[in-house]
Amino acid sequence: MFVPGNNPGMIKDSGIYGADSIMFDLEDSVAVTEKDAARFLVYQALRTLSFGAKEIVVRINDLASGLGRLDLEAVVRAGVHVVRLPKTDSAADVVECENEIARIEAESGIPVGTTGMMAAIESASGVLNAKEIACASNRLIGIALGAEDYVTDLKTTRSDGTELLFARCMILNAARAAGIDALDTVFADVNDEEGFLEEVLLIKKLGFDGKSIINPRQIEPLHKAFRPGESDLEKARAIMDAIAEAEARGSGVASLNGRMIDRPVVLRAQRMLDLAEISG
Amino acid sequence: MKLVQTGIAGTVESSDIMVTLEPKESGGITVSLASSVMQQFGRQIEYVIRETLAELGVAHASVDAVDKGALDCTVRARVYAAVYRAASSEAYDWGAM
Repeated sequence: MFVPGNNPGMIKDSGIYGADSIMFDLEDSVAVTEKDAARFLVYQALRTLSFGAKEIVVRINDLASGLGRLDLEAVVRAGVHVVRLPKTDSAADVVECENEIARIEAESGIPVGTTGMMAAIESASGVLNAKEIACASNRLIGIALGAEDYVTDLKTTRSDGTELLFARCMILNAARAAGIDALDTVFADVNDEEGFLEEVLLIKKLGFDGKSIINPRQIEPLHKAFRPGESDLEKARAIMDAIAEAEARGSGVASLNGRMIDRPVVLRAQRMLDLAEISG
Repeated sequence: MKLVQTGIAGTVESSDIMVTLEPKESGGITVSLASSVMQQFGRQIEYVIRETLAELGVAHASVDAVDKGALDCTVRARVYAAVYRAASSEAYDWGAM
């Protein structure tokens, strides 16, 4: 869930809504004249407030703006879990950011490699370079689509999702090839609950791991959509039971209802059980 | 840190504090505080303001603060921003904060 980095009230309350990950934003939601104040605020919040076991991310400004390096100095030293790099057009952007993070970690006594990264792809170039971006650093936990800048680059606007299909598929396949998460873009109209749900179901069907949101009201419908149904869970449990039983017998082959259970089936069943656990 | 101009940071929105810092040549730190939680936390807020100014090496300044229920970390962040703006400096020393 995106949280504006210069809003102390929202930062203070951000941990109570049940989002899996909280992303303090130093980029688009902060006016150019307030970048310094937001940086101080997020730094102090990271150093002081407890958000439990939640993943804490900060979206920095892009490095080319000159602001991104100042952001990194603050948030890496404050111990952020993950830095989200915006406007990632190439693998070189990821490497440049990683080098800065490593330098700051070394200077501040943080073990090098501690800070994770997420790259947001927001341009046609970035989409075409998605695989190289996704494979550019071991720090990357995921890549994400930033749709507003992307559709502007494409010279179109957001509509029913047709305009994003190519980018979504590229990002998803790149993430899978790199073994990291694929995260979808925000749905900006918080009052359009039906449109939000349609988009969530689409990205779930495509295979995305999650979606960025901008309002706590979007958390529950998102979790609900990603939560597996009871019949699917029963089937997944039966598959895992059959596997456990076969292993106990010392057999390398398991079957359920007369059908052999092969490795992809097991992986899908395990993923479904994992998803059920994390989506409550 | 040497202050060269007025520095303002923060807002008067809920959970925030607006800090206005005026440079002075002498006379130490003077704090004028208005807070929606003055009775409960006025002394603590003033303590955090003074402590943060001391950390930054600001010995003489006039502080006007309007608090709307800011946490200590918010007070510190806004004082930091106001001081660096008043000093017209971007030489942030994160390691010392």
